[in-house]
Amino acid sequence: MASTDISGDRGSASASWFYDPKVRGIVYQVLVFAGLVALVWWITSNTIENLHRANIASGYDFLNSRAGFDIGQTPVDYTSDSTYGRAFIIGMINTVIVAFAGVLTATIVGFLVGLGRLSHNWLIRKICMVYVEIFRNIPPLLVIFFWYFGVLSVLPQPRDSVDLPLGAFLNNRGIFLPRAVWGEGAGLIAIAILVAIVAIFLVRRWAWQRQMATGQPFPVLWTSVGLLIGLPLLAFIVTGFPLTWDIPELGRFNLRGGLQVKPEFLSLYLALSFYTAAFIAEIVRAGILGVAKGQTEASYALGLRPGQTSRLVIVPQAMRIVIPPLTSQYLNLTKNSSLAIAIGYPDLVAVGGTVLNQTGQAIEVVVIWMVVYLGLSLGTSLFMNWFNAKMALVER
Amino acid sequence: MQEHDLSYVRMEMINAQAAPVSEKSWGAWIRKNLFASVTDSTMTLIALAAILYFLPPMLNWLFVSAQYTGTDRTFCATEAQGGIQPNDWAGACWAFVGSKFEQFLVGRYPIAERWRVWVTGLAFFGLMIPMLTPSVPRKGLNAILFFGVFPVFAFIMLYGGIFGLEVVETPLWGGLMVTLVLSFVGIAVSLPFGIVLALGRRSNMPVIKSLCITFIEVVRGVPLVTVLFMASVMLPLFLPQGVTFDKLLRALIGVALFASAYMAEVVRGGLQAIPKGQYEGADSLGLGYWQKMNLIILPQALKLVIPGIVNTFIGMFKDTSLVYIIGMFDLLGIVRLNFSDSTWASAQTPATGLVFAGFIFWIFCFGMSRYSIFMERRLDTGHKR
Amino acid sequence: MKKQILTGVFGAAMLTVAASAASAATLDDVKAKGFVQCGVSTGLAGFSAPNDKGEWSGLDVDLCRAVASAIFDDPNAAKFSPLSAKERFTALQSGEVDMLPRNTTWTISRDTALGLNFRAVNYYDGQGFMINKKNLPDITSALQLSGAAVCVQAGTTTELNLADYFKANNMQYNPVVFEKLEEVNAAYDSGRCDVYTTDQSGLYGIRLTLKNPDDHMVLPEIISKEPLGPAVRQGDDQWFDIVSWTHFAMVAAEELGVTSANVEEMKSSANPDIKRLLGTEEGGKLGENLGLTNDWVVRIIKHVGNYGEAFERNVGSGSNLKISRGLNALWTKGGLQYAPPIR
Repeated sequence: MASTDISGDRGSASASWFYDPKVRGIVYQVLVFAGLVALVWWITSNTIENLHRANIASGYDFLNSRAGFDIGQTPVDYTSDSTYGRAFIIGMINTVIVAFAGVLTATIVGFLVGLGRLSHNWLIRKICMVYVEIFRNIPPLLVIFFWYFGVLSVLPQPRDSVDLPLGAFLNNRGIFLPRAVWGEGAGLIAIAILVAIVAIFLVRRWAWQRQMATGQPFPVLWTSVGLLIGLPLLAFIVTGFPLTWDIPELGRFNLRGGLQVKPEFLSLYLALSFYTAAFIAEIVRAGILGVAKGQTEASYALGLRPGQTSRLVIVPQAMRIVIPPLTSQYLNLTKNSSLAIAIGYPDLVAVGGTVLNQTGQAIEVVVIWMVVYLGLSLGTSLFMNWFNAKMALVER
Repeated sequence: MQEHDLSYVRMEMINAQAAPVSEKSWGAWIRKNLFASVTDSTMTLIALAAILYFLPPMLNWLFVSAQYTGTDRTFCATEAQGGIQPNDWAGACWAFVGSKFEQFLVGRYPIAERWRVWVTGLAFFGLMIPMLTPSVPRKGLNAILFFGVFPVFAFIMLYGGIFGLEVVETPLWGGLMVTLVLSFVGIAVSLPFGIVLALGRRSNMPVIKSLCITFIEVVRGVPLVTVLFMASVMLPLFLPQGVTFDKLLRALIGVALFASAYMAEVVRGGLQAIPKGQYEGADSLGLGYWQKMNLIILPQALKLVIPGIVNTFIGMFKDTSLVYIIGMFDLLGIVRLNFSDSTWASAQTPATGLVFAGFIFWIFCFGMSRYSIFMERRLDTGHKR
Repeated sequence: MKKQILTGVFGAAMLTVAASAASAATLDDVKAKGFVQCGVSTGLAGFSAPNDKGEWSGLDVDLCRAVASAIFDDPNAAKFSPLSAKERFTALQSGEVDMLPRNTTWTISRDTALGLNFRAVNYYDGQGFMINKKNLPDITSALQLSGAAVCVQAGTTTELNLADYFKANNMQYNPVVFEKLEEVNAAYDSGRCDVYTTDQSGLYGIRLTLKNPDDHMVLPEIISKEPLGPAVRQGDDQWFDIVSWTHFAMVAAEELGVTSANVEEMKSSANPDIKRLLGTEEGGKLGENLGLTNDWVVRIIKHVGNYGEAFERNVGSGSNLKISRGLNALWTKGGLQYAPPIR
């Protein structure tokens, strides 16, 4: 075939520049960019004009002025004399507290339910299925309300508190636990815990090396548990039991003393945990089902027992499938913690809402919200990516 | 090779024997599925104990002790609380749901105009059911009616203002109606926008690509509550003075933007799963960008991600409940609002109302997820490896 | 970034739904659209609350209706936007509402930094406390409240006063804070907190909506000054004057004994003060100077009544709240309601 006359040069030279995809791409991008700049300019000028007319001073100076309001749950020092900036920090810490507690519980419950859905036991399987199908299909806000209005607010008044074991009480103001008051020498116990952790780390490394070299396993788990309990206990005895309990007792309005876990926190924490656990359960199930059956059979053929099979063969492989979606569930839980505002748990959004109201600095407050949540999301993603990389298949 | 007399080889099949009784009976099933080992038996017993502990009181609360009729809170309050029930009574207050039922559906929509909502609702389900049933013909016409004509019709019917229909301001809207309006618009807007964003994210043009990535990641990184707050508090500041948005419209914008970002990521997953050969094949046929996407890539990609799309829809349907926080009354909001109605306030009202709202949400979400499984099977053209 | 494009496109498409062009001359806009848009509370008995049919009533609502009457001679030419504490200021600043008669406390920071204008005070209030006297029979004073859990609405001056009061008296408390009034009510009613604090007038109104109103008691202490009045945007003096003077005219009418029943007879009164008020004075242009008609006060009184009538009907003896006039009596009767001379 005579194809010599079809040269690339001629084709593009004769075609109009209009049909050149590169030129077109640049034109489109310039257009979009120009449109965007125009829009941003329009919005900015509107905003500036609106703010100017409303006489709102923009900027973040307000963060240094006195807040004047109190907050229900203050993990670090805060009074009405503190600044707005500090109020934001309180809100942020409260968000982190509930997100962290929720992630822990949701992971544990989620793994249990996910394994339960694959159980040989028909009853367990069905119970877990019902749990997942219920919680996946109702809004988290409703779950929060259910705990708050349906369960916790119908508990008795403080004077009729339900006695729980170990000096704890339950009433419509929350759960009251005895609070540990550490005395003289308690620092030694903390040091003992640290020492135990370091020792466990060393023992594990040594055991791994020995197993690699000689094939001899070492009971790492029991040694670790022994160290972790034994050393602090020893320190506790040596320092002469420096621990007393502050037991809550009935005051005029409420129980006094002890550690109060408020119903706002409880509802949010329970709701987020149970809601997210349903999703984690499905992820775990998919992860385990995603490990080929041949892996199980092969490990049986090698003579591993079922427990060892799941611990050494199935779970490590399933984790690789599980971690990425698990990350996004953790992020969802963190973001859902902003529903706190509906029941008055002082998280970042609720505190920010109050500040917004007191100062009128709408834009600044929304920007702070966004930056903090983006930061939290980014932090969680980075950590999980690191964890993922660590768990990923190391190919030789 | 020698010939052997293989007379011991059976020449005809023997009939299968019935399974032994020990494998077939109910007893065997129970043994296998519930009491296979000691651990299994223990778990079964614990589970049974838990069911026996929780289920009867729950059923009792839901149905047996429940109060089905009544006109005010006295029917659902104990004598100590000023009602007619004995002091140890606890049961669902269905009378509350019954008397507020219409309000839960349409909010404070004027009573004289409620027929408009019913007509719109009928049209909605009348168009949606044939749309979702594969065996009904004329899908194209149906889709045009559902996505093109119906929104206009619904807007005119619900909002009014023309054809002699009285205007019903959106603050009067509420209940399930708002939930459905928000999710319908959210779904209808987020799917096309999500596709555009996903294509943009995979585009070769750096400006468009980075814009799409920024938008998607920022929206996905923040909670819906802040997006809604932004829509409700900041949007007025962005616009010239005097140009105001309806509150419902602001919530719609917030929900739709939010859903679009999530939808974009789902669609992107589908786009990435299409083998490169398909793109190259389309290019070699001389198809332009949009032809390639519309005819080759998207049909395959979207089919792959149907479960993801439906999950996003379910998520959005649930997320509409958050508009309560910016002061609108969707189904959950209106139920919540009625807790403080002094005519009905009693210890049992909140739980009853929430169980009812939860049930409605559950029906919709569960229905959607089952439908997606059904569609997934139907559309499966057997390329699975 | 893309989001803003979407917002713009989406907004432009549906802007017709809710667009209303407000500019510096609020009166012209109001006249053009044919009604006054008022931002009110989401439901506070006696001040602004909708009934089952969605019709609004209350002292704040009446002020809005009075403005509508002055402009249009029609008390129903008023529309109401229920606003939460958080939304109210942005709604006014952005022009979503024309005025904000929403039991909003007049403070210097709101008057200056938030770009609002206050002048008239249609209710002098003060913050008080309510307790459940069945559960707490031995409490008679707010000074005994140390250690209590206090329900309060987020982002209000109430929340700030509460903090100051407990601090000043060296008492501890446990704030239970909610966004919405209904949530605070529900929490207090279910016993989540011991004390409810808000403006005292509000406490009386809220008490009526509780399960057992008789179990609850408002404590005598008033811990703050809460002058509640209509707010308008800065920068439109004419509109500011109309709103303020509508209230003053109602007070002046009460002072001069002009009521909705006798306003027509009073038109022929020879009293120069009344003549000036009702615009029957020869060559008087008091109403026109405001940008209204000279019979603007007649319209207000005819449709809404004078301040005393509005008060008694909404929060006083004619209502369920039964609040006494107290600080809100006329200055001639020992109260603070004082209208500058209308001349």
